[in-house]
Amino acid sequence: MPEVHVPVARGDGALRTAAGRYRLMRLSRRFEETVHDQHGEGQVPGPLHLSIGQEAVAVGACAELRRSDAVLSTHRGHHHCLAKGARADRLMAELLGRESGYSRGRGGSMHVAIPSIGLLGTNGIVGAGLPIATGAAYAMQAQDRDDVTVAFFGEGATGTGAFGEAVNIAALWALPLVFVCENNQYVELTPQDVHVAGEIWRRGESHGIPGVRVDGNDVEAVREAAATAIARARGGGGPTLIEAVTYRWFGHYAGDRAAYRDSREVDSWRARDPLVAARAALDDAEADALDAEVEREIADALAFAQRSAVTGPGALAIDHLKETA
Amino acid sequence: MSTTATETKPLKMWQGINQALVEEMERDERVVLVGEDVGRPGGPYGVTRGLQERFGELRVRDTPISEQVLVGLGVGAGAVGLRPVVELMFFDFALIAMDQIVNQAAKFRYFSGESLPLVIRTMCGAGGPNGAQHSQNFEAWYCAVPGLKVVMPSNAADAKGLLKAAIRDDDPVLFIETLGLLTARREVPQGEEFLLPIGVAETRRAGDDVTVVAIGRLVDRALEAAETLAQEGISVEVIDPRTLAPLDAETIVASIARTGRLVVAQEATAPFSFASEVCTLAAERCLPQLKAPPVRVASPFVNVPTPVPLAESRAPGADAVVAGIRRALEGA
Repeated sequence: MPEVHVPVARGDGALRTAAGRYRLMRLSRRFEETVHDQHGEGQVPGPLHLSIGQEAVAVGACAELRRSDAVLSTHRGHHHCLAKGARADRLMAELLGRESGYSRGRGGSMHVAIPSIGLLGTNGIVGAGLPIATGAAYAMQAQDRDDVTVAFFGEGATGTGAFGEAVNIAALWALPLVFVCENNQYVELTPQDVHVAGEIWRRGESHGIPGVRVDGNDVEAVREAAATAIARARGGGGPTLIEAVTYRWFGHYAGDRAAYRDSREVDSWRARDPLVAARAALDDAEADALDAEVEREIADALAFAQRSAVTGPGALAIDHLKETA
Repeated sequence: MSTTATETKPLKMWQGINQALVEEMERDERVVLVGEDVGRPGGPYGVTRGLQERFGELRVRDTPISEQVLVGLGVGAGAVGLRPVVELMFFDFALIAMDQIVNQAAKFRYFSGESLPLVIRTMCGAGGPNGAQHSQNFEAWYCAVPGLKVVMPSNAADAKGLLKAAIRDDDPVLFIETLGLLTARREVPQGEEFLLPIGVAETRRAGDDVTVVAIGRLVDRALEAAETLAQEGISVEVIDPRTLAPLDAETIVASIARTGRLVVAQEATAPFSFASEVCTLAAERCLPQLKAPPVRVASPFVNVPTPVPLAESRAPGADAVVAGIRRALEGA
């Protein structure tokens, strides 16, 4: 198989250090707080599913990835996009419906795909990234590359047929694929006990897929589990299923007040803020400097998006077929 | 894009498809084939026989019965550097993969601005003892999706040339084979560069009195009807669009404008179908020239029965096309 041209990653290696991981988690948090504010001001012309509180899962799972590895994300995927190397400014522009956004401002947060960095898509359809992940992993295997695919999905997706199909074929073909279930304990507007029977991390057991449950608020625990799974996949050992248990601080979408939850439960999880733990690994001066850097990046990203033209009807017909590109 | 090949061979449609796959897999290492039973068995109708032996188990790969994953294999593999061909054994099974086809494959370029080379081969229509869940024609559903090309060859030569073009195309192509045509023989041009352009209709027979737009299995039946009516001095033009989406509307409109009469013939049922779309085209762009209401020749709006003679009685034959043409001529 011919080599696929893979340029050096902007973010390659950026998450290899504790400082890099903290910085990205902080970037993700501030990115979402900023777009949440923008949404409140009517500046986000689309739905917003916030991953605040879940940053450690994306950053830990992507820490050992290269640009040539692939990631499949979900409807709640800003943190996955940033962790795989998406630029905050173009992602911000996308959410604000601007021409400089990754999908020309036409897609919004659920429709971001940046193949050049291996991000094969957030997704508006729960579970739909999983079949695509098997395809990316199959291509890597068929081309004899030592790249891997990481498929993020929520616990709600374990109820889809796509999940069962993907787990089965990944095991059958020993695909270089890491399943990362980001269990934030709520599926849309109902708790996971409405959706999930049994233990998710054991769903691969009868397929011979190793399963592991980790603290999804501990970026180092996620990184270690992912590193083991990724090394196994790169070496031809096949897939692993990781369940990272975390918590969605906000409602299903921006505007959902999540009145179906007990405020004490929310408070107890907020007290376990993954950023606080990640920050504790650094000395204060270093962390302060990173915080300041992130503030500048976010301010620049917002300014970039606001400077960019609002996407108009002229963009409607672009990029449907190559002939109309 | 099209080249004139000097040598031809009489091949059945399945052999033309097989030849296209072999040639493109020889030519480009990135071309792979995945599907249920495509490898060891060579497909339920033998279309892919010999391919796994020739190209190995990684490039010609038998999959489990997982239609969502099947199309997902194509989307993911196409997104990271391969040029996959996915086989969905029967068109009816494509419904299980509808999300991957419509929501994923067809929107990849829209979201990312990047190409997604992907061919989804499937087989439609009656012709075997397969019944109501293995014989349907859903081509119009997929033609309604932006970002997807839909190709439907009507003979072995077109199947070869169009499939080769589809594999080299940079957008997802739904390639619909027709069960009732798989063993029909035709002279097929040989040579690796025999390609037929996607999006270009072929006028199979020139005529002046009425335009017949026919697809799939109805193309040969329309030609037979034209031959029958020629003996009465009626001159029938037969157009085979070959690509249903994007449709070569200009060729069709120019013909209707000249003849003033339109018959559309298809194996699918009529309501909300390809035939309906062509009739709309005539109404929107040819009304001043139309001398009679357009006619749809289609299967009745009922399910496909299992017994072959019964199923074949449902599909429109050449006689139904003749009757349709007469209606168009009488203007009734």
